[in-house]
Amino acid sequence: MSSVTRLILKRLGISLIVLIGVSMLIFTIARIIPGDPARIALGPSASPEQVEVLREKLHLNEPLPLQYGYFLADLARGDLGVSLYTNRPVTADIAQFLPATLELVLLAGTMMILIGLPLGILSARYRNSWIDGTVRVISILGVSAPSFVWAVILMLLFAYFLPLFPVAGRISDSYAIPSVTGFLLVDTLAAGNIAAFANALSHLVLPAFALALSGIGQAARLTRANMVETYGRPYIEMARSYGFPERKIARRYAFRPSLIPSLTIIGLDFAAMLGNAFLVEAVFAWPGLSRYGVAVILRKDLNAIVGTVLVISAMFLIVNIIVDILIAIINPRIRLSQRST
Amino acid sequence: MTRTLAILLRNPLSALGVLLITLVVLAAVFADVIAPFPDHRGAVVDFANFNKAPGWPYLFGTDLVGRDLFSRILYAYRISLFLGVVVLAVAVPVGVTIGLAAGYLGGWTESILMRVTDVFLSIPPLVLAMSIMGLLEPTLFNGMLAVTAMWWPWYTRLVYNLARGEREEGYVLAAEVIGSSRLHIMFREILPNCVPAILTKMTLDLGFVILIASSLSFLGLGVQPPTPDLGSMVAEGAKYLPDSWWLTVFPGLAILVAVFGFNLLGDALREILGVDE
Repeated sequence: MSSVTRLILKRLGISLIVLIGVSMLIFTIARIIPGDPARIALGPSASPEQVEVLREKLHLNEPLPLQYGYFLADLARGDLGVSLYTNRPVTADIAQFLPATLELVLLAGTMMILIGLPLGILSARYRNSWIDGTVRVISILGVSAPSFVWAVILMLLFAYFLPLFPVAGRISDSYAIPSVTGFLLVDTLAAGNIAAFANALSHLVLPAFALALSGIGQAARLTRANMVETYGRPYIEMARSYGFPERKIARRYAFRPSLIPSLTIIGLDFAAMLGNAFLVEAVFAWPGLSRYGVAVILRKDLNAIVGTVLVISAMFLIVNIIVDILIAIINPRIRLSQRST
Repeated sequence: MTRTLAILLRNPLSALGVLLITLVVLAAVFADVIAPFPDHRGAVVDFANFNKAPGWPYLFGTDLVGRDLFSRILYAYRISLFLGVVVLAVAVPVGVTIGLAAGYLGGWTESILMRVTDVFLSIPPLVLAMSIMGLLEPTLFNGMLAVTAMWWPWYTRLVYNLARGEREEGYVLAAEVIGSSRLHIMFREILPNCVPAILTKMTLDLGFVILIASSLSFLGLGVQPPTPDLGSMVAEGAKYLPDSWWLTVFPGLAILVAVFGFNLLGDALREILGVDE
C-alpha cells in the first residue's frame, strides 16, 4: 500500500469519526431546545392525543441516547426522516436543492483559485511595488464585507446600472432543460443546447464572483506571504546565480512549495463558501439549499435542520480530504515517504 | 504603546485603519450627540419624509417609514461593537484555555479536546451559528451565544499549535525541573509567548464578528426590528433595489468600513509583532 493510499484511508477514517461527532452535536442541540417538535409540526389546533401519537411515532418519549440510536439506524439506511415543512423525505428535498448550491460554490471555488493564486504570485514577484500594494488593498477589501454586501453591490453595478448580467435566478424561463444531474451547466451541455448553457453561465457569474471575493483575497494574501518566504531561501539564490530566467524561478522553484499552505486555506475557504452561499442565494433568488435551509430553520423543522447541517458538513469534509490528497501528491516528502504519515 | 502607534501611523494603510476604527468607535460612543435624529433608532414613523434619497438633512436618505438612515447606522455600530467585544471576551478565554491544555498536557487530554474542536470546526461557521440561532429565540443575547459557540475553536486551534511548539522549549523544561505546577507553566510561561498571535487575531476578529453577526441578521436570524442592525437593514432594503439603492448601499458600506478598518489594523499589528499568517 503506497503512502498516499494509506493517508487517504486514514483521513477517511478520521472524517467519519468527525462526522459522527457532528451528528451528535447537532442532534443534541436540536433536542435540548425548549418546545415540542410534535406540537410545532401539528400546529396549535391539534388535539393533545394527536400530539401524543406523533411523539410516540418520532420516538420523542424515549431517552435521548436511544433517540440518537434510532436516528443513526435510520441514517445508515440513508433515511433522514420526513421534513415537517415540505412533508417529503429530507433526503429528497436536499437532493433537489443541493446541486444548485454546489454548482455555485464549485464555480466560486474555481474563481478563487484562478484569480487568487495568480494575484498572489504577481504580488510576490513585484513585492513592495505598486502592484503589490494594489493587490494587498484588493485582498483586504475582499474579506472586509460579507458576501451579501458584495452581491448587492455587484448586482447594482453589473445587472442594473450596466445590464451585462441577469438579476436573478439560474436560467431564463424560455429554456426547458430536462434535469438529469441538477447541475444546469452539465444538463444544458448534455441536451446539446449551447444557448441555454451560455444563459445558465451568465446567471452564474455574478453570484459566484460575489461568493468568491473573500476567498480570492485570502488565497492571494497567503500565496504572497508564502512565496516571499520561499524567495528568501538559498536555493532560489542558487537558481538565480545559475542564470535561470525569473519566470522559471517563479513557477518551478518559488510557487510549488508555496502552494501547500495555500491549498489548506482554500479548503477552509470552501467551507466558508458553503455557509456564505446562503447569503448570496438570498440576494440573487438562487433556488439552492439556502431558501430551504432558512425556511426549515425558521420553522424549527428538526429533521430537516439536522439533515441539512450533516450534508453540508459532509461536503466540507470531502473537500478537505481532496485537499489533503492534493497536498500529498504535490509534497514529495509525503508522496515518497515509506513510513506511516 | 506610543512606539507601536508611531509605527502604525507611518504606514499610510495602517494609518487609514487607525482612522477608520477611531471614527467607528467615536460614532458608536457618541451616537446620542452626533445623530441628527436620535429617536429614529426605535419604532418611529414619519410618513411625510419616507423613502427620501440622500440629501439634507437626511445624509444617507430615509427608510420606508421615514427614519434617518445615518442616525440608524450610528446606533447599529453601537450594537455591533458591543456584540463583537462580548463575543471575544467569552470566546477567547475559553478557546485559549482549551488550546493551552491540549497543547501542553498532550496525551488523552489532547486527543479528546482536539477531536471535539475538530467537530466544531467541520461545520461551516455560518451554518453552525444559523442552526443554533434558528432553534433559539432571535434576541441579541442568543445571537452572541451562537456566534461565541462558533468562535472559540479557532482560538483553541491557534493556541494549540503554538503551545505544542513550545512544549519542548528550554524554558518550559527548566520550569518543570524546578517543580512549577502545570497551571503555572501553562498560563505564566507558555501563554505570554502566544499573546502577540492572540492579540493580532483578536483585532482581525472584531471585524469578522461584526461581519458574521450582520450575516445572521441579514437572514432574519439575528437582532430583530426595530433595533437598528446593519444586516437586517441591508435585507430590508434589498427588496427595493435598484430604485431605493441607498437603503442597502449605506448599511452595506458601513459594515465594509468597520471590518476594513479592523483588517488594516490587524494586518499592521501582525507585521509589527512578527506573527506568522
